Amino acid sequence: MKRRSVLQLLAVAVVVPFGVAACGGGGGGGKASSTVRVTLANHVWTDGIKAAIPEFEKESGLKVELTQLGEDQLSDQYNVKLNAGSDEIDVMMYRPLQEGKQFAKNTYLADLTKHVSSDASWDWKDFQPGPVTASTFDGKVVGVPIITEREVLYYRKDLLEAAGVAVPKTMAELEAAAKKISETNKGIAGFVARTNKSAAVTQFSSFLYSFGGDFMDDSGKSTIATPEAKAAYAFYGGLINKYGPANVSTDMSWPEAMAIFTQGNAAFYTEADSLYKNATDTAKSKVAGTVGFAALPAGPAGAKPYNIPSWGLAINSASGNQDNAWKFIQWATSKERTLAAQKAGVPGPRSSVWADADGISTYPKDLAEAIAFSAEHGVGHDRPLVIAVGKAREIVGEPIVTAITGGDSAAAATTSNAAFQKFLESDK
Amino acid sequence: MSVSVKTPAGRRSAPPPRSFSDWANQHRKWLFAAPAMIFVGLLIIFPLAWTVYLSLTDSHGSVRAPSDFIGLNNYVTVLSDTDRFWPAVGRTAYFTFTALAVEMVLGMIIALLLWRPFRGEKWVRVAILLPLVATPVAVGMMWRLIFDPNIGFANQMLGWVGIPPQPWLSGQYTALPTTIFMDIWQWTPMVVLILLAGLTSLSDEPDEAARVDGASARQRFFYITLPLMMPTVIVAILLRSIDALKTFDILYATKGKGGGSFHEVETLNVYAYGLSFDYNEYGVASAVLIIFFLIIIAFMWVLTRRRKGAQQ
Repeated sequence: MKRRSVLQLLAVAVVVPFGVAACGGGGGGGKASSTVRVTLANHVWTDGIKAAIPEFEKESGLKVELTQLGEDQLSDQYNVKLNAGSDEIDVMMYRPLQEGKQFAKNTYLADLTKHVSSDASWDWKDFQPGPVTASTFDGKVVGVPIITEREVLYYRKDLLEAAGVAVPKTMAELEAAAKKISETNKGIAGFVARTNKSAAVTQFSSFLYSFGGDFMDDSGKSTIATPEAKAAYAFYGGLINKYGPANVSTDMSWPEAMAIFTQGNAAFYTEADSLYKNATDTAKSKVAGTVGFAALPAGPAGAKPYNIPSWGLAINSASGNQDNAWKFIQWATSKERTLAAQKAGVPGPRSSVWADADGISTYPKDLAEAIAFSAEHGVGHDRPLVIAVGKAREIVGEPIVTAITGGDSAAAATTSNAAFQKFLESDK
Repeated sequence: MSVSVKTPAGRRSAPPPRSFSDWANQHRKWLFAAPAMIFVGLLIIFPLAWTVYLSLTDSHGSVRAPSDFIGLNNYVTVLSDTDRFWPAVGRTAYFTFTALAVEMVLGMIIALLLWRPFRGEKWVRVAILLPLVATPVAVGMMWRLIFDPNIGFANQMLGWVGIPPQPWLSGQYTALPTTIFMDIWQWTPMVVLILLAGLTSLSDEPDEAARVDGASARQRFFYITLPLMMPTVIVAILLRSIDALKTFDILYATKGKGGGSFHEVETLNVYAYGLSFDYNEYGVASAVLIIFFLIIIAFMWVLTRRRKGAQQ
């Protein structure tokens, strides 16, 4: 009796852990499968795709397994899974300028060059050149852009009217208007924008270009301590320091800065155009009816907002299901889907949707004009184009925070310049 | 069913194994421990050994990419880094010791108050334990809203009594104390729970004898209760300090990657996370983690020795 029970217990003890392990590995497998596993970020674009997936499943006979995550969780997920060579992800939504180089260099991204040229009706040539360049690594296409964005000026029509100021066309006018409004309206900031060291870099970049600077020169040397760059740091940070919200936090990314604007506590706000729905949607914004849009004001070097592909779709190179994964991408980035997404408020990367009157029919008129201006004069990057972007952003973002808190941003720029130069030399 | 139950004496003189079941029966203590040992080996020893290995290489970008063995270079880099590493060590120590000290004193006071039975005792105990059951990330989000400098409830309350708004989590010098406050709010109940268990198990006689001898309440606490409670107090310190050293969730939930724009709440854990998940510098991150691991081990060793001393 006892011996038998010992054996039975033993059997259970051995089988249970393995059983659990088998469950954990279940559903994997590197072979082509009719289930496409897609990982997407939380975004208005994703909401639209999610609703349309049944259409795709019906057309293609494939099944889509969708994982949806916040931006940071998505990055962490990729870091863990792709690092381990996992084939659990087929299609991945990624940020070409943030992770693109790193992922491509690590060979996480499958080569899509053959796929993109295989279907003339899908039309790869329809994609704008800037986004295409950002999705290409070493001459190979590694991603298909899905969302583009440019920095525009959000402003409150009512406050500008009450203060009797016109929509600023230059940085100097912007500062004067912000000053006037913050002085005449107690508790309302003249200007707000992102303040977190890393998050602010992209929105600061347009100011940097408009003042005649950039993060690095053609030979790959750091240029963040040039007189132009120092002036840009002092201007962006100074606007927030002098005319920003009281007790301004240095942790603000777009949700926090947007909240201040949509709560009615700021007159001007510079932010990516792809987030405009947050300001004009009455469910999200207290000031929905009074928001106006304009192109970024011109600095000493003109108005040079960034114009970039913020998100793209790629295929995990370890996936055994690449052909079906491509079918999903082909559908999700088709002209029809891009047009539908654009009408829902997501600026697309295809030239055709911008040429189509229907494509901009849902946009506020002033925003459509601002976007058209930015698309024409835009710069193709909004952060240093390096491999370890996360680290680079923290280095070049340091003087922004110094300026916001009223410190000596020129000295901070000199210090950061040395650190950034050292970083660039090791960024391989 | 005819197998007889062997007596211990019979087992000692068992014949050599004839079948697997005999063998299994004779080695059952190893067999039963095997799954746990395999589990520990796979999930604790292997990752630890792998981290040690990574810390000796220049692995970055991807752990699957080829990396060079660079000996102790990462440790030299880390230990000579006065910009991020040492401030992070300082913050970790500051966070742990401040939170621990306040939690122990506050926990002891609350435990003493709850020690003697009173009406509504159960309700009070449940209410005190509530913060403990909340998820740390949710706690972080909740306090982040309360402490928002512009729309938060904390500044509104200060406004009612005429105090100007404070920056709380967004201030360069107030962020770390604010997160310490959150840690105290959440974890004091656990200290109360442990100390209360210790207090309830104390016998009443020494206290009564001291009372008869005319000792004051203060004297009875410092000369009778506290010394008798020492082993329990050290257990509470041990558990709380290890937890506090490793705090990550509330810091990350309130300040994000890098612990804020000035790294104001960047402790060792947050730093190591940033190095590996934001910078992809796995070699350096592993070195930081190994150093951190050694600090925790050393800390535990000191405390366990103190505990043994207290028990004797």
